[in-house]
Amino acid sequence: MSGINVWISVVLYIIFAPIAGGLIAGIDRIISARMQGRVGPPLLQPFYDVFKLMAKESIAVNRQQKLYVFCFLFFVIVTGAIFFAGGDLLLAIFALTLASIFLIIAAYSTFSPYAYIGAEREMLQVMAYEPMVILTVVGMFMVTKSFNVLDIASYSQPLLYTLPGIFLGFLFILTIKFRKSPFDISMSHHAHQEIVRGVITEFSGPELAMVEVAHWYENVFLLGIVCLFFASNWIIAIVLAIVVYLLEIYIDNNNSRLKWQHTLGSAWIVALILGVGNIAFLALR
Amino acid sequence: MNTVLFLILFPVIVAILLLVLRQLAVRKFIVVASTIVLIVASIFLVVQYFNTGAVFFEFGSYAINLGIFIIEVILAAIIIFISIKHKQFLAALLMLIGAAATIWFEIAHGEEVHAANNLFVDNLSLIMTIIIGVIGGLIALFSLGYMEDYHHHHPNVKNRVPFFFFIVYVFLGAMFGVVFANNLMWLFFFWEITTFCSFFLIGYGRDEVAIKNAFNALKMNLLGGLGFSAAIIFLFTNANTIELNQLPGLASAVVLLPVALLSFAGMTKSAQMPFSSWLLGAMVAPTPVSALLHSSTMVKAGVYLIIRLSPVFAFVDGGALLGLFVSMVGAVTFLITAFMAISQTDAKRVLAYSTISNLGLIIVCAGIGSYQLVWAAIMIVIFHAVAKALLFLSVGTVEHNLGDRVIESMDGLITKMPVVAVGMVIGIAGMFLAPFGMLISKWAALEGLVTANPILTVFVAFGSAATLFFWTKWLGKIIMIKEKPAGFEAKIPTSEKFTLTTLAILTVVACLGFSLISKYSLEPFIFANYGNTYMLSQSNVAILVMMMAFVIVLPLSLLFHKDINYRPQYLAGTNTGEKEKFYGSLGLTREITLRSFYLSNIFGEEKLFKLGVISSILLIIIMFGVGM
Repeated sequence: MSGINVWISVVLYIIFAPIAGGLIAGIDRIISARMQGRVGPPLLQPFYDVFKLMAKESIAVNRQQKLYVFCFLFFVIVTGAIFFAGGDLLLAIFALTLASIFLIIAAYSTFSPYAYIGAEREMLQVMAYEPMVILTVVGMFMVTKSFNVLDIASYSQPLLYTLPGIFLGFLFILTIKFRKSPFDISMSHHAHQEIVRGVITEFSGPELAMVEVAHWYENVFLLGIVCLFFASNWIIAIVLAIVVYLLEIYIDNNNSRLKWQHTLGSAWIVALILGVGNIAFLALR
Repeated sequence: MNTVLFLILFPVIVAILLLVLRQLAVRKFIVVASTIVLIVASIFLVVQYFNTGAVFFEFGSYAINLGIFIIEVILAAIIIFISIKHKQFLAALLMLIGAAATIWFEIAHGEEVHAANNLFVDNLSLIMTIIIGVIGGLIALFSLGYMEDYHHHHPNVKNRVPFFFFIVYVFLGAMFGVVFANNLMWLFFFWEITTFCSFFLIGYGRDEVAIKNAFNALKMNLLGGLGFSAAIIFLFTNANTIELNQLPGLASAVVLLPVALLSFAGMTKSAQMPFSSWLLGAMVAPTPVSALLHSSTMVKAGVYLIIRLSPVFAFVDGGALLGLFVSMVGAVTFLITAFMAISQTDAKRVLAYSTISNLGLIIVCAGIGSYQLVWAAIMIVIFHAVAKALLFLSVGTVEHNLGDRVIESMDGLITKMPVVAVGMVIGIAGMFLAPFGMLISKWAALEGLVTANPILTVFVAFGSAATLFFWTKWLGKIIMIKEKPAGFEAKIPTSEKFTLTTLAILTVVACLGFSLISKYSLEPFIFANYGNTYMLSQSNVAILVMMMAFVIVLPLSLLFHKDINYRPQYLAGTNTGEKEKFYGSLGLTREITLRSFYLSNIFGEEKLFKLGVISSILLIIIMFGVGM
């Protein structure tokens, strides 16, 4: 992609990603409600929530936390911008890690017991999914010989055929990244699992709105990676992303939270078997 | 060339002066002046040679070689004497074998040995010069204030500060020797001196633990030294050369075994598994010693040598397989020590494991030896040196103020000692976070490894995840906003404050200026030696620099007063109204205390250490097998 096109896609991403992300969240809430035998909120409820939060008074334990939360949002947006501009996939992953660290730091800075536990568990989550994320990028490079999102997307064959193990492994850690049960250990949106919401306990009002919006951006980015596995045909790619998300909703509503040991252990075992297995297969071929 | 000689000899002269003139005021003057001279001379050397490519100097004569030989024998005698005095017979035996080999070689071949070029300078030497001269000099400066404090805090330790500074400066001189030597016998001479210096520095406290750990370090490094002298003897008798720059041009039958032996020596010096324990034991020494060993001297000599050997791995027939096993030792070390760092509560031990881990990654890169990976390896050397020096010295200052160096007691350091804490945050961010230094090199390493050997990326993937965990939890402790205890007043001597600030600025400058460092110093070197050069693409560099700018600029928003309603933390409704206090059982008022995860069941030292030792020993045996 050359000059101006890059900037157009970045701007489009910045504008439309939160809309898509918010809609996905709305659909998620309706489907989850139906699965639990409830009617559920209106489709646009996530937007109503965020607008209401933004209008609220800023309450905080200290001044720094707001800065860190803003950095979290900012670098999540940078991540997606690098990705949708067709940039370097590794760089996008690193930017996302930086963003996650800012969220953790924000929770730490409050010196609050609940946020602290949440932050520690968030770190465990990062440690659990990080190897599989890196192996995913490695696998994509081995097939396409490029780290460039644009090159990967325009590869002639669907990556799914050569990277089935990596795809399944990525699906597994996607549950952690989407903060779905059974791996929603740092914060859960299910009230039956926790009343005090882990890592975001001390954020309220506009800060909480920023966290929500950041998650929308992040989810769109993650689904973008899912699409890369079938990028040669964008209709199938989007169908694939929808199926994956529905699957995640299904898993979310049919599991209760596991201990952190299970999150870390299972994610690493999956990365070792599916991820490393797939890479070894490609290397020996 | 005069500058090269000056850099080797000047620290030795300063060392002798400091040993003779024992007054505090005089010492202060000499240390400050010599630090300035060292830094200026290092920069002068860079200005002289950064554009010339590799320049070789013949400089040398039979008399110099003989002089080196005599000093070697005297030092060996001293070491054997001390070892026997402390009933460390293994150390004495190792030294004796080493000395016997040296003496035999001198008698049998002393007069035929001739190196066309004894010394040389190229861009890698220049990078090392800056690291040794600037960071080493700054550490010496830091020691001025620190050692006064140290003896204040440790009244039982006999005050031998002049001796301490003597060794520190000899150490720096020897390090310069290591990076300028092309004659392997000279290199070995300086190499052994760094071993002896670290031995004396680790044993500075002279208590039981210090002596035990000093001998532990001595034994492991002498073992590596034996490998080194075996390599020299083999090379000379089979290939009739003792010059470092000749190695890549030799036939694989004569070069592989010596290179395996030299890599082995490099591994001992860089504290790779199974030799990692000596560097952890070195923690008993005063903190500037740790900073010195970890950042600018000692362990860097080991990886420096392996980086110098990397053209052999890349270009000599059969070198690739040998290099693969060298890499594997590094990979195992990188992974296992990163895991073990998670379970450490002592800040210095976390730093030590992180050092070993990073050195492992450097060896992974150098063992493959592709142009891209060598780029990554040298970048790690640079960023690691400056960030680690900063972190060690900061921990030293914190330790003197808080009374211990346990990470748990660093809760809310940013409110207690803001300047030091910000320095530590910079150091930690520089060690693992995008878009800063180390991450750039890890990125290049990952890219290079995917093309060279994808299985090695698995080690990087898991190791980086662990790295993220132990750094972040430490970072979180430091930046917690906690009430400053009443009456707490941080006392930081001027020399410490100056050094810490300078190192913090250097870290930031290195991170911001990495593309310039790469362009003007690294790329010409890589191109000359590997026929190709590596650089991140322009657009990626632009994005990285933009990200850095944001991370630096965004905190400025704190300066603007915002309309925030401040409330205490959520404590499930048991807040007492006072900050950070809550009603416990029976209505007692308690303070919040928070403790981190160390996951010792999973990442405990004992199990992992055994695993690492066994697998690395196996790999080293295979490495020698391949070398034969």
